[in-house]
Amino acid sequence: MNRINKKLQEDKKLLSIYFTAGYPNLNDTVTIIQDLEKSGVDMIEIGLPFSDPLADGPTIQASSTQALKNGMTTEVLFSQLKDIRKSVNIPLIIMGYFNPMLQYGVEAFCKKCAEIGIDGLIIPDLPVDVYNEQYKATFEKYELINMFLITPQTSVERINFIDSISNGFIYMVSSASVTGSNSGFGDEQTKYFKRIAEMNLKNPQIIGFGISNNETFTQATTHAKGAIIGSAFIKHLTNNGVNTITNFVSSILK
Amino acid sequence: MSYNVNNKGYYGEFGGAYIPEMLYPNVEELRQNYLKIMGEPSFQKEFNQLLKDYVGRPSPLYFAKRLSAKHKTKIYLKREDLNHTGAHKINNTIGQILMAQRLGKKRIIAETGAGQHGVATATVCALMGLECIVYMGEIDIARQAPNVARMKMLGATVVPALSGSRTLKDATNEAIRDWINNPVDTHYIIGSVVGPHPYPDMVARFQSVVSDEIQWQLYELEGTTKPNYVVACVGGGSNAAGAYYHYLEDTEVKLIAVEAAGLGVDSGESAATSVLGKEGIIHGSKTLLMQTKDGQIIEPYSISAGLDYPGVGPMHANLYKTGRAEFISITDDEAMKAGLELCKLEGIIPAIESSHALAIFEQKKFKPNDIVVLSLSGRGDKDLDTYINHFKL
Repeated sequence: MNRINKKLQEDKKLLSIYFTAGYPNLNDTVTIIQDLEKSGVDMIEIGLPFSDPLADGPTIQASSTQALKNGMTTEVLFSQLKDIRKSVNIPLIIMGYFNPMLQYGVEAFCKKCAEIGIDGLIIPDLPVDVYNEQYKATFEKYELINMFLITPQTSVERINFIDSISNGFIYMVSSASVTGSNSGFGDEQTKYFKRIAEMNLKNPQIIGFGISNNETFTQATTHAKGAIIGSAFIKHLTNNGVNTITNFVSSILK
Repeated sequence: MSYNVNNKGYYGEFGGAYIPEMLYPNVEELRQNYLKIMGEPSFQKEFNQLLKDYVGRPSPLYFAKRLSAKHKTKIYLKREDLNHTGAHKINNTIGQILMAQRLGKKRIIAETGAGQHGVATATVCALMGLECIVYMGEIDIARQAPNVARMKMLGATVVPALSGSRTLKDATNEAIRDWINNPVDTHYIIGSVVGPHPYPDMVARFQSVVSDEIQWQLYELEGTTKPNYVVACVGGGSNAAGAYYHYLEDTEVKLIAVEAAGLGVDSGESAATSVLGKEGIIHGSKTLLMQTKDGQIIEPYSISAGLDYPGVGPMHANLYKTGRAEFISITDDEAMKAGLELCKLEGIIPAIESSHALAIFEQKKFKPNDIVVLSLSGRGDKDLDTYINHFKL
């Protein structure tokens, strides 16, 4: 069974952390992943940096720009991760925009992910219908789970369609926003979290965007299986470097 | 084979809508409604009336006698430079503002590079009394001060794009992010035939008035609706899309697309996307774009701020790939020389974008009886500083 599915069956709320590979320093990738696991994180999204990250706010944009300047490429990331399964057991997901994957070759990319032990992908700008028609078979061949996003604006019909073709978790974007916006969830978001929870979808939901601390993590996981933190973690790395990752994670899980 | 868009939003293998889910409702709303709205008689009436009374259409199709004599062929200039706000851009913004109104949108966003599309958007927002926010790269804001001032005078808010290379592609990213953050009340007026479907098709249809007019104007002048060649410069490709539109399927009419070679196609400072680009995804569209081996988007260069886009519209990518259009690259120097030539021979100061199209007469020989229609997409007022610096005037 894929590590993601196994993790989703555990009887606990899950914390997933996103970071941009190659940031703050080119070779921090493995250390960050190992420390996140040791700190009690359940899942990791490894961000493959892109020059033009449309769905991301200033924090992740800046980390991506810096990571590219540091020399991060698809090749470099794969070579950094080549022995990652010797030391890390939690699910690992690569999150990135579609163009770098397309240039690497979608099949070659998937094959490499499978060799390394990557469990799934999140590709915000690969639309559901294009995936379904052109790439689903390839992902399945390499036993990679592709996670899709839904937002407060996604119609019920489309949510049901996305649920029907998903076999991991559904990435619930907390509000109409790019990453790193807002602080705290209001009534509108709570209503949306409840509305989705009541749909009883076959895939568990993990909420991302706008989660930055224990309070928002708790709010989100009241209605969903887990939550994803990205920008807040990147900010922590910017301010504190890679040595105090445990402190960050325990501040969320306290 | 058709050179127009198919029902899935593709031109051949190019196009589509590679957008984050957050944009899906906005783009889907537009996709479901744009043809229906454009087909409504009340829309057509208002659109045509504004093109006539406000933009000043039809724009003349002018036989450039002295230019023709010099290059020993028959050159007609489609005078988009005479439109209100000085370029073809306003054809599209008029169409899209009417579209936005019918979709019930209250807030308009746009991206701009040199500022022409920003000015054209600010203009129609003032005309309709809608809030207007224009994203512009921080570097472009510094080098295009007069257009920034124009937009402000017209009531628009100009927001600097501070990310990435701080130019057009980053301004486009910022506009898209704004749309993600404001999914209900906002319409995004894209300035060219780029972006996710249905934008390339919608913008091409609004610009198609250009070739519609060429057909009947040429008939009055030459007794035929068909020129031998239609020539236009291509950055994103909106003026070319308009000039080609009604000739796309008629292969007797040859199409020439002129790209900016910058300092030279192989110089590393170029915007010749068809030559230097590879298939990929930019701003929601599968097309040709300038990128690293690794799929990171490269910042292009041209002396013309309207041509330095790292991609090209999917229609044009397909015209290139199929060979339907001939693509020619023109350097900064060649374009500037051709621009000055038009000033001296015809008393017309062209935009530097259009000067690139004019420069092909030094590269390609036409027969004396060939009818060559060239899209003079904009006027050169905005480029005076660049002309002055280049020629030490």
